Amino acid sequence: MTKKEQKEIQVTDQEMAKVEDQERTRERRVFIPKTDIYETEKAIVLIADLPGVDPGSVDITLEKNILTIDGYANLGEQPGLSINYSEYMPGDFHREFRLTEEINRDKIEASVSNGILNLTLPKAEEAQVKKIPIKTG
Amino acid sequence: MYRRMRMPTLWREMDQLQREMNRLMESSLRPGSFSPAGFPAVNIWASEDRQVVTAELPGLKASDIDINITADQLVLTGTRTKEEIKGETQLHRNERSFGKFTRSIQLPFMVDTNQVEATIKDGILEISLVRAESDKPRKISVKTA
Repeated sequence: MTKKEQKEIQVTDQEMAKVEDQERTRERRVFIPKTDIYETEKAIVLIADLPGVDPGSVDITLEKNILTIDGYANLGEQPGLSINYSEYMPGDFHREFRLTEEINRDKIEASVSNGILNLTLPKAEEAQVKKIPIKTG
Repeated sequence: MYRRMRMPTLWREMDQLQREMNRLMESSLRPGSFSPAGFPAVNIWASEDRQVVTAELPGLKASDIDINITADQLVLTGTRTKEEIKGETQLHRNERSFGKFTRSIQLPFMVDTNQVEATIKDGILEISLVRAESDKPRKISVKTA
């Protein structure tokens, strides 16, 4: 294993069943949001699709090294109309990730716009790759 | 008299039971029936004279989407572009897809093209359509000879 591989984020998906095991206070479907994860020199960037979720309805928690994303969607009911063709089911989103990288917890940035969550997790100083100059002498 | 008093509650209970059964059946049958025919996934809501088409388009702005309506056909076209991340990046997870999309949806009635409204909020596109006056059913009065 190369050094780079060791530094990779380890991702643990939360299966739907596990969510359903917990007693939920809202009776609706819970989906796993589609997510892209990038690693830059200084941070881990996570982009998740949360269609139907407004910026005020997203909860992000980082406990120990488990990052949890919860998005509560607006179900978009249409008063006076009945559904007659359906390809998607509006619902909430839930996903957990296990982070292996040391994260600077004070500098986590999150923004939600157009149904997209953009989360920047800056690496802690000690986790950043440092170049050690070799002295000749 | 006895019967009259009893029957309505019995029927009411039967009705309730049936409703409950339907609800259970629907909820257990639903998951398999959700297969989008393409991107974006759409839902269609309708009544006699009005229709709302919603589509899941996270990340798209109004300027990224083109909506064309011809009589009873709705065509959605656009491009979903990838976010740019500065600097050298390593991709760890890639689940979201990007690129051009086109969807044509057959509507159940002719639409008044002057009354179409479309909004996009939190990644959900909502197109509100009104049935054309000329397409509405007409009541024909029968004349007596």
